[in-house]
Amino acid sequence: MADQKNVALKIKRQDNPTAKPRWEEFEIPWKRGMNVTSCLMEIAASPVTRQGTATTPITYDSNCLEEVCGSCAMLINGRARMACSALVDQLERPIRLEPFSKFPVVRDLSVDRTVLFENLKRVKAWVPVDGTYDLGAGPRMSMDDQEAAYPLSRCISCCCCMEACPQFTESTGFVGAAAISQVRLFNTHPTGAALKRERLVALMGDGGIQECGYAQNCVEVCPKDIPLTRSISQVGGEVIKQALSDWFRK
Amino acid sequence: MALSNPRIIVVGGGLAGLAAVIKVAEMGGHVDLFSIVPVKRSHSVCAQGGINAAKNLKGEGDSTWQHFDDTIYGGDFLANQPPVKDMCDAAPGIIDLLDRMGVPFNRTPEGLLDFRRFGGTLFNRTAFAGATTGQQLLYALDEQVRRYEAEGKVSKYEGWEFLSAVLDARRVCRGICAMDLRSMAICTFPAHAVIIATGGIGAIFGKSTNSVVCTGSSQSALYQQGAYYANGEFIQVHPTSIPGEDKLRLMSESARGEGGRVWVPKKPGDNRDPKLIPDGERWYFLEEWYPKYGNLVPRDVATRAIHKVVYEHKLGVDGKPMVYLDLTHIDRKVLDRKLEGILEIYEKFVGDDPRDTPMKIFPGVHYTMGGLWVDFKQATNIAGIYAAGECEYQYHGANRLGANSLVSCIWGGFVAGPEAVKYARNAFSPASDGHFEAEQKRQEDINAKLMRADGRENPFLLWRELGDIMTQNCTVIRDNQNLRATDAKLVELLERYQSINLSDRTQWANTTIGFTRQLYNMLQLARVIAQGAALRDESRGAHYKPDFPERDDKNWLKTTKATFAPDADEPRFEFEPVDISLIPPRARKY
Repeated sequence: MADQKNVALKIKRQDNPTAKPRWEEFEIPWKRGMNVTSCLMEIAASPVTRQGTATTPITYDSNCLEEVCGSCAMLINGRARMACSALVDQLERPIRLEPFSKFPVVRDLSVDRTVLFENLKRVKAWVPVDGTYDLGAGPRMSMDDQEAAYPLSRCISCCCCMEACPQFTESTGFVGAAAISQVRLFNTHPTGAALKRERLVALMGDGGIQECGYAQNCVEVCPKDIPLTRSISQVGGEVIKQALSDWFRK
Repeated sequence: MALSNPRIIVVGGGLAGLAAVIKVAEMGGHVDLFSIVPVKRSHSVCAQGGINAAKNLKGEGDSTWQHFDDTIYGGDFLANQPPVKDMCDAAPGIIDLLDRMGVPFNRTPEGLLDFRRFGGTLFNRTAFAGATTGQQLLYALDEQVRRYEAEGKVSKYEGWEFLSAVLDARRVCRGICAMDLRSMAICTFPAHAVIIATGGIGAIFGKSTNSVVCTGSSQSALYQQGAYYANGEFIQVHPTSIPGEDKLRLMSESARGEGGRVWVPKKPGDNRDPKLIPDGERWYFLEEWYPKYGNLVPRDVATRAIHKVVYEHKLGVDGKPMVYLDLTHIDRKVLDRKLEGILEIYEKFVGDDPRDTPMKIFPGVHYTMGGLWVDFKQATNIAGIYAAGECEYQYHGANRLGANSLVSCIWGGFVAGPEAVKYARNAFSPASDGHFEAEQKRQEDINAKLMRADGRENPFLLWRELGDIMTQNCTVIRDNQNLRATDAKLVELLERYQSINLSDRTQWANTTIGFTRQLYNMLQLARVIAQGAALRDESRGAHYKPDFPERDDKNWLKTTKATFAPDADEPRFEFEPVDISLIPPRARKY
């Protein structure tokens, strides 16, 4: 049984993008139902290290605290996951908190994940509607098609899949599983399919879908259980088909 | 000369803000979009159950008029009626648009949109995408905005916090002042019009179902600059939330819409496993007290009933302030198809599977019906500033019906966007005479003062005190003596705020200073809530005073309007008649 009096944490801190990282240790009173975000709030209210030294509150991203906004992703005991749904009683202690390693650190546990939003632009992850004026109902959709689309549409852009991917590095420029899965979502939508070719072309070449090494880490860490590897193999097949047909048309 | 391509600032990237952005961009305007978080992470993602529109696809004879009537009646006749009617009339078209944008709404076997029942209506009027409808709607609008961003029509300022409006000598809005939450730089941005869409104020109550950014700080800053704040005393306490250490997590009304039943053991202190308690020994109090609507009475009614059962009948589960919300009689496949998102939240955060065991829930602060005062065109009383979404007061009267918030956000944004463009095209904008510099200096001075402050008060601890007193006295049950004591406490907290001490004085990604600024604004707005509640000697919707248990239309069928009196540093109140031109008020009995 873990200590029910105190919770020990080790937190990797970094003052700014160029500063040298350092570790700080904390010990806070245990409470039933605590999660990592409530620990960080507790530290903010009383920013003193385990050694009794005054320090600053930890900078971290958070918003909804119910695992749907995608903000509070970090490395918890080495694993990419959301801090809000990381319950203290289920974690090995001391709890080790680090910022994502593959994104630029802003400060402490906060990192810059703009790259995903840029990738979503690159793959045109939207349905090209004509306008917002009244044009009547949307396309009919079977229950089966809706049930296939919905899980893909639950991606919270947390970037855990990218952090965990061995191919997601500066040198490959790999677009990552999240954006590829969005390509599948929009290419299967009746109206979204209008941009299918452009999306597939965006995934060709360097940094495209070919960089995937099928390590399957993405699907392993995804907090929303999105079938990412199925998306990658499905979209991968489409990319090859598109490349061949483009080549024949030349 | 009229401007054909005005520059509009939108503050807030939830549903209301993004809806406004899309309309402005579509009309040829350029948008600068400001948000504390990347807009895809806005609080709208937390909306679960669905969005109302009377599409009448279930052969029930539903109509937009019926939706309008349910909304007005549900709001206990406090809302001005014409804009509510417009919203209900527009709702079916909004659903169609969202459907065209690719929202994966649940379907019927024929491939049409499915609808379920929500509180305060007898019709299946709520379209839904699993139990993460807000997330799906926000993503659809986010994607359209990203498209406009790629086309250069929208510039995003994510990671910036709105501090104040820049007003000229005529008190006309000329732009905003905002802080970069990384460099902590304070800058001003000019605009021909500004749309505020900054959401809720849950943080004033400490723990709520709201997201971290929902502090009401922007609304409060504008109120302190002269904007009216209306009906602040109307706070929705959602009957079913999951108590937690860091927040109260929402358990959607859709759980009851799909057949969930609320009950407690009849015998006090009965601590058997709930599944072993036979039906005859369970008290389904909502079904007994409200046979017509059952578990789907409006939220204010359900919340008061739960309070009564727990505190007067002393029947809370395990002797604690909790009741059961039971889904275990419903087929697992149906639950997974229609409610998975919320069941997953309960499973992950509590550790029990609600398909197998009844959930333990309790009311929690959820929504503010009150907000910035706006006219029927979503314009605040400050020329050039519009507001849409939860941050304004217009659509929900004294109590909001479930699944009406998403439609009011989008509709409000769809009105505010074009109205702001129209205003901007006709705006007379003489060269500014130092107003931008003056506002920037005022805000920089606030930061400098906070950084220097050498007192003993910890902002996070002051905030806890604020949350505790507001939750205790300004939620379900209100009493004038306690409300006056609350206001006195708020004055004390404002005084202690003057001797604050920041534990972080660095100039990079300093979250403490941002929070401390928000705290000041929360304290000022809390006084509007507490004093407004003290003044309103009646019971209406979410505002319930046992000493004045009846609705009093003769004296109180009025909108509360608070203005900030800078000299006295506190609110002043005036009251405005409600437009009841379409549906005559009648007694509200479910």
